Amino acid sequence: MVTFNLLILVSLAYVIFLFAVAFFAERRAQQGRTGWMRAPLIYTLSLSVYCTAWTFYGAVGYATRSGLEFVTIYLGPTLVMIGWWWILRKLVRIGRTHRITSIADLISSRFGKSTALGVCVTAFAVIGTTPYIALQLQSVTLSFDAFNGTARADEQALQSTAFWIAAGLAIFTVIFGTRNLDANERHHGVVMAIAVEAVVKLAALVAVGVFVVWGLGGGPLATMATIDASPMADLELQTSRWIGITFTAAAAFLCLPRMFQVMVVENADERHLGTASWAFPLYMMLMSLFVIPIAVIGLDLMPAGSNPDLFVLTLPLSQGREDLAMLAFLGGFSAATSMVIVAAIALSTMVSNHIVMPIWLSTQKDGATVSGDVRHVLLRSRRLSIIAILFLGYVYYRLSGGGTALAAIGLISFAGVAQFLPSMLGGIFWRGATRVGALAGLSTGFVIWMYTMMLPSIGVAGVFPDAWMQGGPADLHWLRPQALFGIEGLDPVVHAVFWSLTLNTAAFIIGSMLSFPSPLERLQGAQFVNVFDHSTGPRGWSHTGAAAEDLMMMAQRILGPSEAQQLFQAEAKRQGKGDDLPDPSPEFIDRLERELAGSVGGATAHAMISQIVGGATVSVQDLMAVADEAAQIMEYSNQLEAKSVELENTAGKLRDANEMLTALSVQKDAFLSQISHELRTPMTSIRSFSEILRDGDDLTRPERSKYSDIIHAEAIRLTRLLDNLLDLSVLENGQIDLELQRGTLRQVLDRALASSEAATEGLKITLDVTGTDDVIETDLDRLTQVFINLITNAAKYCTAEDPHLRIRIHEDGQIRHIDFIDNGMGIPQASQSLIFEKFSRLSDQAAAGSAGLGLAICREIMSKLGGEVRYLDGTNGTAFRVSLPTGVNVAAAAAE
Amino acid sequence: MGKHVLLIEDEPNIIEAIRFILSRDGWSVDTHSDGANAVERVQSMRPDLIILDVMLPNKSGYDILRDLRDDPMTAKLPVLMLTARGQTKDRELAERLGVNEFITKPFSNSDILASVRALAGAG
Repeated sequence: MVTFNLLILVSLAYVIFLFAVAFFAERRAQQGRTGWMRAPLIYTLSLSVYCTAWTFYGAVGYATRSGLEFVTIYLGPTLVMIGWWWILRKLVRIGRTHRITSIADLISSRFGKSTALGVCVTAFAVIGTTPYIALQLQSVTLSFDAFNGTARADEQALQSTAFWIAAGLAIFTVIFGTRNLDANERHHGVVMAIAVEAVVKLAALVAVGVFVVWGLGGGPLATMATIDASPMADLELQTSRWIGITFTAAAAFLCLPRMFQVMVVENADERHLGTASWAFPLYMMLMSLFVIPIAVIGLDLMPAGSNPDLFVLTLPLSQGREDLAMLAFLGGFSAATSMVIVAAIALSTMVSNHIVMPIWLSTQKDGATVSGDVRHVLLRSRRLSIIAILFLGYVYYRLSGGGTALAAIGLISFAGVAQFLPSMLGGIFWRGATRVGALAGLSTGFVIWMYTMMLPSIGVAGVFPDAWMQGGPADLHWLRPQALFGIEGLDPVVHAVFWSLTLNTAAFIIGSMLSFPSPLERLQGAQFVNVFDHSTGPRGWSHTGAAAEDLMMMAQRILGPSEAQQLFQAEAKRQGKGDDLPDPSPEFIDRLERELAGSVGGATAHAMISQIVGGATVSVQDLMAVADEAAQIMEYSNQLEAKSVELENTAGKLRDANEMLTALSVQKDAFLSQISHELRTPMTSIRSFSEILRDGDDLTRPERSKYSDIIHAEAIRLTRLLDNLLDLSVLENGQIDLELQRGTLRQVLDRALASSEAATEGLKITLDVTGTDDVIETDLDRLTQVFINLITNAAKYCTAEDPHLRIRIHEDGQIRHIDFIDNGMGIPQASQSLIFEKFSRLSDQAAAGSAGLGLAICREIMSKLGGEVRYLDGTNGTAFRVSLPTGVNVAAAAAE
Repeated sequence: MGKHVLLIEDEPNIIEAIRFILSRDGWSVDTHSDGANAVERVQSMRPDLIILDVMLPNKSGYDILRDLRDDPMTAKLPVLMLTARGQTKDRELAERLGVNEFITKPFSNSDILASVRALAGAG
């Protein structure tokens, strides 16, 4: 007797074996040694994920109830593989060209990358698949139960078995389903494990069949006779059901998320479809070959009331063939687990790509461009999705209680995913199909499927009251769930499939015709519908219409002449073509593309090569990738530009600073040179005359006196010069403290005139003043100094025959002006700004005994006092204006 | 004796001092106090030696020297330069232009006298 524990041990060992297979395949793939793993046979076997526990166990039960009708489940896919292979080819091509990751991705991509459609399809797929996953868990659990027919495990143990199966599958799927996020989403390990399981399934079923026919039925002929004699032979063929179910199975074969995963996403080579188109029908034929014999002989030998859904298992058991039963158990286990694993991968991809990612991205303000980030989130969301989906399946299993016949759940699920068919086929064959149409069709079909099939199935008693089923909601007869629009007498399945798909298609077509597609939709539509005009074949650059010259020219433009030359020469040498250009062999073009990708990015390189090689066109994604790359390059060059502008600015600033320093240095040299000159000149006279006086005993007395006077005058000049220099230096450095005093302008003028009396002999001075008695508060001594300077300048430089200086005071708004105007010859315009600079003497005034510091000092003083001194143009002589703000006027205070 | 010296200088007191020193030694001294027309004055007067200040109104002593050296008639005329700008580059410039002697102010009377004697004697 096989014990429950041994069964668990065997299952566990089998799972570990699968782990090993998957791990081994994954490792090989990572090393790039895919080799035979990409053989067409593996692809074909992986398609067998279509044959779940439903077909493994359920087909026999189905046959006992409806005779040959179970064949429809196999007939649909067979028709697709043989008759509709061109649809498959187109799907595979589109999937590869546009890097489609799931059926939700296909439909959403086709209709302008619509998020709403992605969510819609994902949600429907999850709803449609969850019962199916539950079904697998149930069948595995039932098969455990069947083994323990005598040593019956309690209900609790069974339930926990289901739970542990779900958990184990979740772990397996997480490990092998989310290892990498390759662009093409291939899972070599999983595919290999599924292929192995396919073999186990087939072997188990065939072994049981052979045992039944030869061991129990007494050979093929005897078995045939038994079949003829059985009541199943009398079961009538219901044509409508046959057509309906065959069609549903065909549609589901194309639309089931797990089928799309293995058929399109995991497809490594389009040509594998060719092999699969005969090999897979053959596989299904073998799977169905012994269904009827097992059913008939099972009915014959098994006690009445035993579950025909488990004949595959119970028949060998009843005959004491525990080894065979164990094999059958493993076959069923394989069928169930492979379906669950692939479905979980497909659904988790959809959930994370179309539901989690859009939500996550919308919560990211700007950080989402970091690809590492996205990768991390994506992986985590996939893993959580897988766990959630399997948990959902487990919950559904617990809730449903496992009452319904297996086949029923399977058909409901099939009809549900078949709702994707109009949008999918319409999308790839009809350019006029639009997003609105797809949404309308999908939701219409889905609602009707729910109403006519899904909800009635989970309990006539539960959701719909009997009255509803019989009389329609609110007594609306035409809305009866299983007799819509009053059409009665149809089989419920056919009824549901007919109405849901018909209305789905109608809504899709009408919606498409009434709406206008967006530009992206139209673009994608053209790309999908005309995929064969736009994409390369399965082998990269197989048809190479490229001229080597063209490739060379492009390579030179991108890589630079010398590097391109090197690349081509090396290739020519390798091909043995000497100095000629190499042949544009596919390998070479591949290499060239990689080289170019290193320079301009993968997408751009691919687009450029495509242009030259021909045949291939650029997909929207390619264009977008090109735009992305270009944007990155532009961003980079913008940064460079900004940097170089910055550098230029810095260089400019340095240049300016340098120029300023140079100018300052020149100024300093000039200044020192000037000072030197101004100091040495009087010193020369002093020294020379003092030597004359010292050496000359023969000098006359007047001579002596004259020379002594010169020495004295020059010494004074020297002192004055030093005083002025120090004064100016102090003023310029801003080190002076102004001594604010109160006084009147009159006082200041009087003091200035008195001080310059000696120097102004012969100069006639007139005053033209008002308001001189206003009290001002300023540094009166400094102001006096300015006035003295201006008055003595007039005396020194006025060359008029009858020199005359007019001093005028007047107010102009907030400012009081004191003008000093003489009748001299004026200062030429060009020199007017110069005279306030240090040592600036007009050439014809050289002999005046001044170093040219006076006006510079005046300017400094006035700016310290908050006013200014400037040359006053437009008088008939030389004129200076001293301006003081009247703000320093504190007359009122002083008067009191 | 009785050689002619032309003194081109704009500071009255310095003119007075040099005239006194040279006259006492027996030189005849003429003066010119402006850069302008100085070259013409030399050409018409044909002195045996000139004493040339650098900082003159209207035309600098360097320019005058250059013009003199460019004229074959005055190319060999001994020139004693006086300057109150005592920097090395001033002396270098003067030597490049072909000056015979370069004296920085303030000078000692005996130096001036010795230089004048040496230059006029050689010339």
